[in-house]
Amino acid sequence: MPLIMGMSVLLVCQFAGELVARGLTLPIPGPVIGMVILLVALMIHGRVPSSLRLTGEGLLRYLTLLFVPAGVGLMVHFELIGMDLWPIVLTLVASTAVTLGVTAWVLERLQRFHTRRNARSEGKS
Amino acid sequence: MNVASLDQLWVYLSGNPLLSLLTTLLVFALSVRINRAVGGTPLLHPVTLSIAMLIALLLLVDMDYRAYFEGAQFIHFMLGPATVALAIPLYDHRERVRSLLWPLLLACGAGIVTAVASTLGIAMLLGARTETLLSLAPRSVTSPIAMGIAEQIGGIPSLAAGLVLLTGSIGCALGPWIFRLLRIKDPVVQGFTLGLAAHGFGTAHAFARLGAVAGAFSGLAMGLTGLLTAFLLPLITRLFGFG
Repeated sequence: MPLIMGMSVLLVCQFAGELVARGLTLPIPGPVIGMVILLVALMIHGRVPSSLRLTGEGLLRYLTLLFVPAGVGLMVHFELIGMDLWPIVLTLVASTAVTLGVTAWVLERLQRFHTRRNARSEGKS
Repeated sequence: MNVASLDQLWVYLSGNPLLSLLTTLLVFALSVRINRAVGGTPLLHPVTLSIAMLIALLLLVDMDYRAYFEGAQFIHFMLGPATVALAIPLYDHRERVRSLLWPLLLACGAGIVTAVASTLGIAMLLGARTETLLSLAPRSVTSPIAMGIAEQIGGIPSLAAGLVLLTGSIGCALGPWIFRLLRIKDPVVQGFTLGLAAHGFGTAHAFARLGAVAGAFSGLAMGLTGLLTAFLLPLITRLFGFG
């Protein structure tokens, strides 16, 4: 039964998320709100039930596979992409590289600064 | 004994969800093997490889995407509960998230502004059409959010969804190079960066390659980026003179 229980918990959270998203006409997808709901529930509960961990971690291990069907949908957009092929390809590659670089650099710096400051304030007290 | 002719069999099989479901699983398993055989290079990421092979296969047998999706939707459906399940690693690493809250939020803001500004800037320089431009803008956000934003700012939602997927695979391919270039080894930074720049693809990649810590921060970045972009993007596009 653990798989059934775990899956039910995930689906209940997703369902609640969808209801919130639709009900308040938020531009955020239901599952993302469902994730927040589950996180809050786990914090209140204080631990992850083993059934939920079994199901959830099983799903996350194959997360890459789950993107394949949507990815194949790219074939529907060939025509639209083809109209602006080079601008699109160059923009995506260049901008993704810059985004990766800037984010990683900023976070690395901030994190180092943060831990150093924390260490210093702990040293004082 | 009557043996059904091949084309009759094909008519039955191609109308049955079983075929595309099975094909998707087999092609993915094959892609994982191929990727492992060439030394796990991110350029031939299993997802990118599977998508390319499946598209080629569908074009070859002349099956349209809708018919394929009849079967593949069972896999696609699991994305919802899997997204919810991201709360589990996030909960496991809650102390780390709490202690790094400000650096994470600031890095997220910097990443989003960089993503949108560089996308619009480069695409404008290269002379992309306005619809393309506005569909490109939300490309680093997970696709359901991106489609909503594209519609809001005047892009084409379905094109935006396609570009989101391309961004994801490009991000996974470029990620390891950039990290090596900047000498970044921390799984927290790597995971968060991948989740921000390459949304769900990046998160899946972080889980598969970099472990649960990177996966947790990647999932966090994906959610956070989605939420913040929905608010920031309309403002930034206005700054660039659209809408």
